[in-house]
Amino acid sequence: MTTSPLTWRPLRRIDREKLILGFAAPALALATAFVIISLVMSLTGQNPFLAFQIMGDYGTKADSQVWIINKAIPYYLSAVAVAIGFRMNLFNIGVDGQYQVAAFFAAAVGGYLTFSGTLRIPFILLTAMAVGAIWAGIAGFLKATRGVSEVISTIMLNAIGGALIGYLLHDGRLAERTQNIVHTPYLPESTMFFTIDTDAGRIYGTIVIAIVAGLAYWYLLGRTRFGFDLRSVGESESAARAGGVSVKRMVVTAMVLSGAMAGLVGMPTLLNDSGTFGNNFPGGIGFMGIAIALLGRNHAVGMAFAALLWAFLERTGGRLNFEGYNQEIVGVMQGIIVLSVVIAYELVRRWGLRRQQRMVGAQLAARAAATPATAGAAVSMEKSPATPGPTGDRRAGKNGSDDPTDPEVS
Amino acid sequence: MRSPAPAGTGRRCYAGRIRRGAIASTDLPAPLLRPRGECVIPASITPADGGPAEGVPAVELRGITKRFPGVVANHDIDITVRRGTVHALIGENGAGKSTLMKILYGMQKPDEGTITIDGERVTLSSPADAIRHGIGMVHQHFMLADNLTVRENIVLGAEKAYGIGARSRRRIMEISDAYGLDIRPDVLVEEIGVADRQRVEILKVLYRGARTLILDEPTAVLVPQEVDALFANLRELKAEGLTVIFISHKLGEVLSVADDITVIRRGTTVASVVPAETNPGELAELMVGSELPVPDTGESTVTDEPVLTVSGLHLSGTDTEGTLREVLTDIDFTIHRGEILGIAGVEGNGQAELVEAVMGIRTPDGGRIELAGEDISRAGTRARREAGVGYIPEDRHRHGLLLNAPLWENRMLGHVTERPNSRGGRLTIADARRDTERIVGEYDVRTPGIEVTAASLSGGNQQKLIFGREMSHDPKVLIAAHPTRGVDVGAQAQIWEQIRQARARGLAVLLISADLDELIGLSDTLRVMYRGRLVAEADPATITPEELGTAMTGASGGGTAAGPAGGTPAGPGDRDTGDEGAAAPDPAPGSGAEHDGRADGGAR
Repeated sequence: MTTSPLTWRPLRRIDREKLILGFAAPALALATAFVIISLVMSLTGQNPFLAFQIMGDYGTKADSQVWIINKAIPYYLSAVAVAIGFRMNLFNIGVDGQYQVAAFFAAAVGGYLTFSGTLRIPFILLTAMAVGAIWAGIAGFLKATRGVSEVISTIMLNAIGGALIGYLLHDGRLAERTQNIVHTPYLPESTMFFTIDTDAGRIYGTIVIAIVAGLAYWYLLGRTRFGFDLRSVGESESAARAGGVSVKRMVVTAMVLSGAMAGLVGMPTLLNDSGTFGNNFPGGIGFMGIAIALLGRNHAVGMAFAALLWAFLERTGGRLNFEGYNQEIVGVMQGIIVLSVVIAYELVRRWGLRRQQRMVGAQLAARAAATPATAGAAVSMEKSPATPGPTGDRRAGKNGSDDPTDPEVS
Repeated sequence: MRSPAPAGTGRRCYAGRIRRGAIASTDLPAPLLRPRGECVIPASITPADGGPAEGVPAVELRGITKRFPGVVANHDIDITVRRGTVHALIGENGAGKSTLMKILYGMQKPDEGTITIDGERVTLSSPADAIRHGIGMVHQHFMLADNLTVRENIVLGAEKAYGIGARSRRRIMEISDAYGLDIRPDVLVEEIGVADRQRVEILKVLYRGARTLILDEPTAVLVPQEVDALFANLRELKAEGLTVIFISHKLGEVLSVADDITVIRRGTTVASVVPAETNPGELAELMVGSELPVPDTGESTVTDEPVLTVSGLHLSGTDTEGTLREVLTDIDFTIHRGEILGIAGVEGNGQAELVEAVMGIRTPDGGRIELAGEDISRAGTRARREAGVGYIPEDRHRHGLLLNAPLWENRMLGHVTERPNSRGGRLTIADARRDTERIVGEYDVRTPGIEVTAASLSGGNQQKLIFGREMSHDPKVLIAAHPTRGVDVGAQAQIWEQIRQARARGLAVLLISADLDELIGLSDTLRVMYRGRLVAEADPATITPEELGTAMTGASGGGTAAGPAGGTPAGPGDRDTGDEGAAAPDPAPGSGAEHDGRADGGAR
């Protein structure tokens, strides 16, 4: 029994299952969403299939593809920023404020810098990351020292950030006016990021930033000690603390990292498109990041697909409007997709866990039956009805410790 | 809020009965207590009311068996609760008390067996059913809304019974007066203390017409004077003909308040005893069982080289109600190479806090912790683990495992900074996985592979994995809190064997356990913890579980056998013997000599 009989097939079966489940969840979610959307559209007297066809046709056109990719870059960065928090059970709902404050200061710094051209780019990027980190770090600090919920503090920081920008974005303060637009000084052409020219348009060079960010996210969380600590806090704060992780420090660090990532969200727009931060700078990307991170399961590649899907829906939504559909249907679609995803993931996760427990039990029973002579005694003892087993322990533990979830309250 | 109570009539009946009982009190002849004819159940109760103590029991459970997938939580439970008595149900954590009470309260349905209430077979499928049959439950964690008044809390969810106005207030005062509960109905719940809240909970249950009250560990949150007051209330209830089922693991309390005691161990009833005919030691033995394979350390390996020295440790903490209490007072002990120091004590006397203080999870207010001569009092948990402190936590699901992560990630937990898990900040996943396979093989963790989540393993196999992990980093000290709790018998024997091996390899082991046989069998030195102090020292070679059980209740002057002599009662503090490694300032010559002898490495 103590020799290691571990090179056997069932192991691989569990591995393969994990992979299949990984894909099953999003597939199930999207299929469900598809059905529900069709129903909703049918009920409102619109032809869903025609709509899907229009979307498909229009969305796969070359210029649409370029548009979708460019749009997906900030979405992806925003999702990564949110995902860093998610991985340790922090809900950074303030990515929206963080990126706007960061983009504003980065644009202002970039606009007022005197040294020339390309050198300004790293400076702008670093400013953006630092400002985003500080803005999110405030929430992390408050949580670690005062126990303030990061959901509350980040959403309030969004409002404060908006007010701060509103105050500074004034003619004569950090901004200037061109017709109706108040904006920071334009970055010179040499300070803009490169683009990749295609026949159908120009792909933002800032896609490189997104790719690097994705790789860094994957490596940092999955392959480093720090990432392991972060994830273990997310899985079980008590176990991580007993394992030697300083949870408070980890809260601050994770928020700072999330904020730094959020700081980059505005960069594709600033460095590849507008060259300035004005009162028409795009907002709301932080909230989309939450949906995209959910859809992409906090996975570096998953979120990339999710960001592209989101951009695709936006692109084709405009077209639907043109074809006589209500443009709002795209918002409905996005909402339905997020809901389906959350529900489907949870269902698949529970199902997978139960299945795994059954498989483990079945395999061990088979193994015990196969080796009755050597392991018989111990195993039979283990199987004897008198002894609490896996689920029993867990239940007992749960029952014994705290019962606030008991159904009867009164 | 709860499922619609179809039997409004039933509820009214009980209420009526209680009211009459409350007013009439005990000196009225029993027939007057008889319920009205319109009630559903009463017919069957009548005989019980007629012959109070002897007649039909209030609650009778026969052959109750409850299985969860792959596990049996309760089997063949037989309990008879006599009317008008306090019936204590004792057993270790995880013995199955809670599951049983959930069955009686209708929260779970038994797979086999019968529940008989007042002589009538019943099927309880919800708490509402149970209440209808006169069963009420006071949970360990109170379920009160802080921002409502006492009266509002009581009426909430039972508005139909007496309305929400003056009638309800009158009823509350009636019950309060009848049982001496001393309730102030118009005070906000947030303004009252723990003991008052508990009385509100009791009243809440009575208000709903309960005649049998289940109290789940009611004394866990109370200070001694409050416990006395609660017991006085329970006696009142009993005198009024109500029945109380009292769940506890505090033996002293059980003996002082209960009329009957049923002991549950490993999911089944093992004994029914009467307090007059038993003692704490015997109860402790019944609770933990003594027919299990007896752990035995064999030849002593104790050396005189101190490894873990704790001196003058103080820790105060706030309890759930925000009151500051001293949880550890003046803790002193030394563990030497190759020594197992066992700490005995009824749970909740500071053992968990001691472990957390040594692990650096809690910051003590004062005192010094030395590991192999180095002061680690200021070091963080990670530094301590790196320095060679292995940790088997009491609650492995909360503190020892990432339940949803695969085994190889669990192998890294707590040791992620060390080889083979990482090198220079980078995880070395391949090495960690290989090492996990080694642990799985060497420690006989029964699993089909290292990719399965920790949650899929049985308790014993989870514990073996944790043990293997902690032993894989050359610890100097092993802190094992309840290492065999909730594991099966086979795994238990293995874990004992592994603790013995650790000792043979020269580790210093701090063993905390509620299993007295385990403590006595494995330990080289035994200390008893009571109310945050190490109050007595005992020699595992001579002490019996009974004697140790008595010492644990704080009732006598330390261990009857080898504890420091002296007739001083319970006095915590005067039992502190300081650093036992040095010439023990131990007044009992016998134990002192014994101790010194073993410190020299002599065999027992």
